[in-house]
Amino acid sequence: MSGDSHGTTGGGIEAERLVRVFSGGLRAVDGIDLAVAPGEIYGFLGPNGAGKSTTVLMLTTLLPPTAGSARVGGFDIAREGPKVREVIGAALQEAALDPLLSGRDHMRLQGGLHGLGRRERERRGDELLARVGLAEAADRKVGAYSGGMKRRLDLALALVHRPRILFLDEPTTGLDIQSRTALWEEVVRLAREDGVTVFLTTQYLEEADQLADRLGIIDHGRMVAEGTPAELKAEIGRSAIEAVPAHPSDLPRLAAVLERFGEPTAASPKGAAVRFGDGDDLAAVVRALDAEGIRVATLTVHEPTLDDVFLAKTGRKLEGAGDEPAAEPSAEAPAAELAVEGAGGRR
Amino acid sequence: MSAAPLAHSGLLVRRSILRVARQPANIAFAFAFPLLLLAVNAGGLDAATALPGFPSGSYLTFALAVPFIQGGLFAALTSGQGLGQDIESGFLKRLALTPLTRSSLLAGQLAGSLALGTFQAAVFLAVGLSASAGFAAGIAGVPVLLALSIVITLGFSSVGALVALRTGSGEAVQGMFPLFFVFLFLSSMAMPRDLIQHDWFRTIATYNPVSYLLEAIRSLLISGWDAEALALGFGCAAGIAVLGVTGAALSLRTRMVRT
Repeated sequence: MSGDSHGTTGGGIEAERLVRVFSGGLRAVDGIDLAVAPGEIYGFLGPNGAGKSTTVLMLTTLLPPTAGSARVGGFDIAREGPKVREVIGAALQEAALDPLLSGRDHMRLQGGLHGLGRRERERRGDELLARVGLAEAADRKVGAYSGGMKRRLDLALALVHRPRILFLDEPTTGLDIQSRTALWEEVVRLAREDGVTVFLTTQYLEEADQLADRLGIIDHGRMVAEGTPAELKAEIGRSAIEAVPAHPSDLPRLAAVLERFGEPTAASPKGAAVRFGDGDDLAAVVRALDAEGIRVATLTVHEPTLDDVFLAKTGRKLEGAGDEPAAEPSAEAPAAELAVEGAGGRR
Repeated sequence: MSAAPLAHSGLLVRRSILRVARQPANIAFAFAFPLLLLAVNAGGLDAATALPGFPSGSYLTFALAVPFIQGGLFAALTSGQGLGQDIESGFLKRLALTPLTRSSLLAGQLAGSLALGTFQAAVFLAVGLSASAGFAAGIAGVPVLLALSIVITLGFSSVGALVALRTGSGEAVQGMFPLFFVFLFLSSMAMPRDLIQHDWFRTIATYNPVSYLLEAIRSLLISGWDAEALALGFGCAAGIAVLGVTGAALSLRTRMVRT
């Protein structure tokens, strides 16, 4: 592998045809190629069981690859494990913390194991605890921490030895929106101000969309798409329009009208949706429905989302999207919902 | 072991001690249960000292050996459970991402257990002596008794670590507790082997290494310096430790995988 050719050596990540087969023949990761540049936030998006965590475990040296190769921070993950571990920090899927130790105890232990002297350990621990907003809770036992506090401590622990590359495996799963936002801000700051390369796995479309400079979408152990969020959405190109008739019996006629304007696409059970063809606009749809005398309850225009990208690449919706807390606005689906009740109403 | 691995082990020992100190219920159990059992046995079985051939005129002195074994068991269970919980929670993966070596991890884990075991032994000895138990070996016997307690705790702790590493479960380690007690009760815990009436019991007690651990401690308390008893006691404890540490080290190779 030629690291320099991709310009990703040093603080970057490269993988070529990385494979992990588990006993029983399960190919959890099936030939993944990656090139993450130094200082980049790379989002690794996919549903549960897609192979995200297995990839992270291989890249962090905790799981030997079955085939293929990868270099992290310029070091080979299979042959130079200790050197890889020196340059990376990782917050794995579950914030593995000792409930009987305080946040400060954790920082001391982690700092000590990374070779920091006593004074440096204390100073760095205080600095990081303050940075993640845990200064006041530093001497409390971790067992009393909330999920968000544990995640923030996990992040601080991953940064103790000033790693150049940070792996975050589903860092915000289960967090409330405030904790999630706080963690996002810290991740962005690390990349923009400190130049840390961030490899972030997530099943949340919103997280991938907001945080990642570039995205890899993984499904069944294979990379199905890669690019910036804007590039990936631009591949889909066209918006989708979804309409729900005021009278359920009108649904077949409504669907037939919509199909004049584009290809049918996934919709709610009570409605029909199409992806706009070139040159079509919303006004034309409204006029056509009106002309047919179909009364519409709701009419919604969806800009292309990463979920549309996933649907287009795999033929199904991304599982994790349904796991998003209901109270949170879904920024990955910036729907322009129009209050058009009565559009096409009978005259 | 060079400076860094020693320092790493020291950090893990500190963690072990903090964990124990922050679970007052466990501390109370580890100290109170053996001492309570000692008090009950010493009070209720004192008449056994009238049996012809009973080695001591004080059942308290005879029974004082038992808390040292029980203390070793509690220390082993505490540390084994902790290691099992570290595996279950993923904490071991966190440690695997640091420069910590496997040998330092195991040494730190066992040393934490030894620290608790040694403290327990010192308390049991102090309580026993203040309750007028005999100590025939005199002051020179104290470090020997503590050393024996340390090797016994090391042996039990390594078995606890082995079970934790093989099963990856703190509950599995806890499940060993009754098994350990079966070994204890089928030994010369309550009666010298030559005074056990039932042949089957005496045979089991003779093959049970726990009998020799008890008899080595008792030799210091009752008869002074008995080279054979001490050699057998230290030998059995060291044998358990060698098997346990070797098994735990091998299990750690598969449990703590990294390139």
